[in-house]
Amino acid sequence: MRSHGFPGSSTACETRPVRVLVAMSGGVDSSVAAALLVESHGADHVVGATLKLWGGDADSGCCSVADVDDARRVADQLDIVHHVFNFSADFDAHVVEPYVAGHVEGRTPNPCIECNRHLKFDRLLDRAAELGFDAVATGHHARTVRDDDGTWRLLRGADPAKDQSYVLSMLGQDQLSRTIFPVGSMTKTDVRVTAARLGLRTAAKPDSQDVCFIRSDAGRAGFLGDRVPLHPGRLVDHDSGADLGEVAAVELVTVGQRRGMGHGTDGRRRFVTAVDVPARRVTIGPPEASYASVLALHTVAWVDGAPGALSGGVLAALAQCSAHGVSVACNVRTADEGLVVTFAAPQRRVAPGQTVALYDSGRPDSVVGSGVVR
Amino acid sequence: MSTAPAEGHRAYLDHAATTPLRPEALEAMLPLLTDGFANPSGAHAESRRARIALDDARDLLAELLGAAPGEIVLTSGGTEADDLAINGGWEAVAAERPDGPPPAVVCTAMEHHAVLRACRSLAARTGAELREVPSGPDGLVDLVVLADACRPDVGLVSVMAVNNEIGTAQPLDEVARIVAEASPRAVLHTDAVQAIPWLDVVEAAGPAGLVSISGHKFGGPKGSGALVVRAGARVRPRIDGGGQERGRRSGTPNVAGAVGTAAALAVTVATRNETVARVTGLRDRLADGLLSSVPGAVETGDRSHRVAGILHLRLAGVESESVVVLLDEAGIAASAGAACSSGAVEPSHVLEAMGLDRREASSGLRFSLGVTTTGQDVDHALARVPGVVDRLRN
Repeated sequence: MRSHGFPGSSTACETRPVRVLVAMSGGVDSSVAAALLVESHGADHVVGATLKLWGGDADSGCCSVADVDDARRVADQLDIVHHVFNFSADFDAHVVEPYVAGHVEGRTPNPCIECNRHLKFDRLLDRAAELGFDAVATGHHARTVRDDDGTWRLLRGADPAKDQSYVLSMLGQDQLSRTIFPVGSMTKTDVRVTAARLGLRTAAKPDSQDVCFIRSDAGRAGFLGDRVPLHPGRLVDHDSGADLGEVAAVELVTVGQRRGMGHGTDGRRRFVTAVDVPARRVTIGPPEASYASVLALHTVAWVDGAPGALSGGVLAALAQCSAHGVSVACNVRTADEGLVVTFAAPQRRVAPGQTVALYDSGRPDSVVGSGVVR
Repeated sequence: MSTAPAEGHRAYLDHAATTPLRPEALEAMLPLLTDGFANPSGAHAESRRARIALDDARDLLAELLGAAPGEIVLTSGGTEADDLAINGGWEAVAAERPDGPPPAVVCTAMEHHAVLRACRSLAARTGAELREVPSGPDGLVDLVVLADACRPDVGLVSVMAVNNEIGTAQPLDEVARIVAEASPRAVLHTDAVQAIPWLDVVEAAGPAGLVSISGHKFGGPKGSGALVVRAGARVRPRIDGGGQERGRRSGTPNVAGAVGTAAALAVTVATRNETVARVTGLRDRLADGLLSSVPGAVETGDRSHRVAGILHLRLAGVESESVVVLLDEAGIAASAGAACSSGAVEPSHVLEAMGLDRREASSGLRFSLGVTTTGQDVDHALARVPGVVDRLRN
């Protein structure tokens, strides 16, 4: 097996792309990614690009002018050309509008995953190919390796605390073959040490948090409230169906949510088990009701096509249901143009719209595929 | 005919974004950046020297712009001149009837953002109604809609002399007639920033009471412009302070900037006819060559109304953001139209104002030629552009 995750390593020589477009968000990870590519490929073969994704107000993330400035100045320091690509119309259409529509329908989409699916690893890859680049690099903490038979694998990043393979779990062979994650083999500490050693201005910049297009002072409630009407609803008991009171906005409630749901007469906390926006109804129950053994997924993506075990049978896998959740054993079978995941032990309910990443049960750091919860 | 451009040749075809400094401007400015550094407002010999330079520059600008020296308000550039005209001009009109409703504002939807966004903020801030007038497919303001928008309640009308993206010269005489008849209270402003190199601005901007210009669009330095405030028009100041520019724009004057701008304008006006003739020939050769060699290329607007320096094409099926990147690699500096402060390309509001959809508005490509443009530059573009577009389509 040849490593490809870290193009500075000697084993990557044979497959080293000639020209690389590195996506620079203005953060430390992509700054170091660009710096490593310049070391391995030479400044003439690396170009930086910052994506302008969000036209509205933002206080962090990839979209603010301050972040573009940071990216440009790092590119200047590395002596590479830097462009800004305006993908805001696609970002609206594929990320922001579905995010709003999802909440209106009681789903909780993951905007980072949809951005990776539609922007960074679709639109940007197309743009890179059009401009004559052989590959796109990003600052994600994940690794790619190529098996002896030529198959690309997507592996967890070397730093377990920063692993981002979950938000990349929709990538397939075509994308992986043209993608480089230069910092995927490094710990976050290594990344910051490297940035400091190179004197990059982003070395001590805090990691971005939260959803990039939502301002922290407005929050999700402010963002959604500016765009769609929010409706009060009834809180209903999971077991008895009894009316337990009012909730301010059903659109803002997420399955699995605990905050604001209070305690039952038994003194135990209550969790959201279902959200029905059209009926203006939020169902809550005790801890045991917040668990489920079965999940249905749509929008299924496979790293290397559907595993053979699935055809007429069951795939044993590990499922990870959130960006930094633990992965748990499950069985996966096909059903209704999607997948049904059955956990070995009941798991906290996952909100519709969230993504479940599947990992290889025999090789737990290797992504098999993913799907979106129905 | 010119010979093939040398390897590594770069063709700078973005003069509408900015122009190289005229040698005459540099020469005129240098003494003011060195020994002649003084503040022109002082009461000593050093100041008097700077004051003379500033007054001479103002006289020259006034003469070349067909105005009186007292009608020239020096600004930091075209955007500030537009800001002063829109806000300060509107406020002066509004102040005539302090108890009346806020006067309405009319502008074309194809104005430069310096005008368009100033009008929108003014409307949002004051409650004034803003009427944005679209353009026809010829790239000219729709005079029927304009006439409908110009009612007695209008206090300010802003119509650019020449559009910065597609280069069409607007029918200001007819606009002025409509405004005078239908909106007698209104002051007419024109953003003449793109007109100076190509048109006789005394004539072209003649009907407007307020006229914005910007030095760096015609070989002057960046950071220097002016608003002409003709007799009968008034502006309320936007910047208070020491009361410079007769109280209309406070702040220590940019003496070297004004001197450089005046010197650049002098040489521009003196050589305009030959420049226009020469650049028109280059532009037409570039236009006709690309229209025949690039399948599906469409020239935007009506060439008979376009100033000499600008060629605007739409390239069906390709994104201008990509074209500009590849042209840069091929040694050609061109523009996709409007760029925002981050450097990203925005879909063109000018093309949308002409009724084109967002996709078409993202396929625009502007080549803008200038005094320093050569036949080699045109040859270079003719040799490289078709291949770039072809590559993006395959």
